[in-house]
Amino acid sequence: MFHFSNIVRTKGDPKIVAGGPSLKRPEDQLARALGWFSIGLGVVEFFAPRRVTETLGMEGHETLVRAFGVREIMAGIMSLSVDKNAGLWARVGGDGLDAAALLSGLTADNPKKGNIALALLMVGGIAMLDYRAAQDTKPRRPPRDARRKLYPNRSGFPKGIESARTAAKQIAAHAAGRT
Amino acid sequence: MKALVWHGKEDIRCDTVTDPEIQDPRDAIIKVTSCAICGSDLHLFHNYIPGMLPGDIMGHETMGEVVEVGSGVDGKLKKGDRIVVPFTIICGECDQCKRGNFSVCETTNRKRHLAEKVFGHSCAGLFGYTHLTGGYPGGQAEYLRVPFADATHIKVPAGIPDEQLLFLSDIFPTGWQAAVQCDIEPTDTVAIWGCGPVGQMAIRSAILLGANQVIAIDCLPERLSMAEAGGATTINFESESVLERLKELTDGRGPEKCIDCVGMESHVMASLPDTLLDRAKQMMMVESDRPHVLREMIYVCRPGGIISVPGVYSGFSDMLPMGAFMNKGLTMRTGQTHVNRWTDDLLRRIEEGEIDPSFVITHTVPLSQGPEMYQVFRDKRDSCVKVVLRP
Repeated sequence: MFHFSNIVRTKGDPKIVAGGPSLKRPEDQLARALGWFSIGLGVVEFFAPRRVTETLGMEGHETLVRAFGVREIMAGIMSLSVDKNAGLWARVGGDGLDAAALLSGLTADNPKKGNIALALLMVGGIAMLDYRAAQDTKPRRPPRDARRKLYPNRSGFPKGIESARTAAKQIAAHAAGRT
Repeated sequence: MKALVWHGKEDIRCDTVTDPEIQDPRDAIIKVTSCAICGSDLHLFHNYIPGMLPGDIMGHETMGEVVEVGSGVDGKLKKGDRIVVPFTIICGECDQCKRGNFSVCETTNRKRHLAEKVFGHSCAGLFGYTHLTGGYPGGQAEYLRVPFADATHIKVPAGIPDEQLLFLSDIFPTGWQAAVQCDIEPTDTVAIWGCGPVGQMAIRSAILLGANQVIAIDCLPERLSMAEAGGATTINFESESVLERLKELTDGRGPEKCIDCVGMESHVMASLPDTLLDRAKQMMMVESDRPHVLREMIYVCRPGGIISVPGVYSGFSDMLPMGAFMNKGLTMRTGQTHVNRWTDDLLRRIEEGEIDPSFVITHTVPLSQGPEMYQVFRDKRDSCVKVVLRP
């Protein structure tokens, strides 16, 4: 990517000659892929709900599919954000909703039940990936009850706080005396 | 040379890059001896501020030794001089520089057309801080080109360690300016939101400027303990109500002066619904900032009081209580820091032992460990408050 941005860089500014290791872990890449997948699926569901319901033999549920599309897009954006973990958990929850909706269409009289079974299989697989990514991208902040170092001796005033306060008072008194 | 390079959201790497070159007669090159990670670098780490490009070198808190000077530096710097580099690049000649408004220097932003589009007017060029402010390579590197070096420097004497001087580049004058902007009077209570490095400097500055009472607000025990050590009364907003405690500590009047050292990434808590809404909107890219602290300050500040905002905001903030702000007759002062306006005074205070800004350093590591330290600093791991990097 930096090869492109080097083109707009001012002549003489430093340019990368050898890249160092990235902070990105495989789970971050997976979260990113799932985020884009979510947005793609959401766009299809939102703009072509009829194609989706026809494929699944669930005609008449277009509004629900469109709502699911909005949910997918929002979860996708969240998964691409700094708070990707929240986005991934939202996707895990969404997978449950998807599965429930698909199961409701898995009736004996549905001529497309084979497609539903396939879709359920896919949702199951994606749900496993979502869950894995959500587990692996948990924020690495220390827990609330973790032991923390305290800094009670770092006043920053080599002569002590009282000396700083006294000096400030003297300056204020001096200034008041002048006015 | 080695440098910390931005590759994308949450992706900073220690890369090998070409050495900087003199591009203009007013340039100088310094060999960096110390640099630091600033809280505002985290906004770039999170890609919340637009205008970063992969390959940009990070860092705007830097000091070092001059190793090369351009022909136009005009004797103001010479090889071997020890300088702290202010994060605002200044020409020293334009109308704003002459007024001491260095952070809005009219000359140094070499990509001023971008800033004019976004902000209406351009501001000064800044080191390592997006292409909106010139796209200048930053100082988290082994060498740094200092443009307009005849004006953009703070000469410092030998004999004082880097740790005491480095923060003249940004956080010390930033905390100082935040306090000065409050016009502190001896009877004032100054409330300071955020006990990160700038908050810590603002606390000490308010004490040095003679505030009657300084109240510091945060939720991290290590930062609150450091604030207390500096003379502040503390409020942990996770375990007590900020509004109630401030009322209690000011006999119901509210603090006369409020300082926002948090900025656009305020803490998100279920008990504060506006923070949840801000976070959701920020995630959906319909609001760029999370201005909970601004809202709280406007609400609690004593009528006629002053709100000072050194915390960084990048774009648009929703639901600010302008009714309260107007009816209470509050004054807001803000801006990037006019570093060179304050540094003579602050350097004197350091030399005289009035203050030692190195108190804030909790981690010192080699430059190569910089990328990991961005994560440690962001996640507040290992009680991290301030990271200094040694190239």
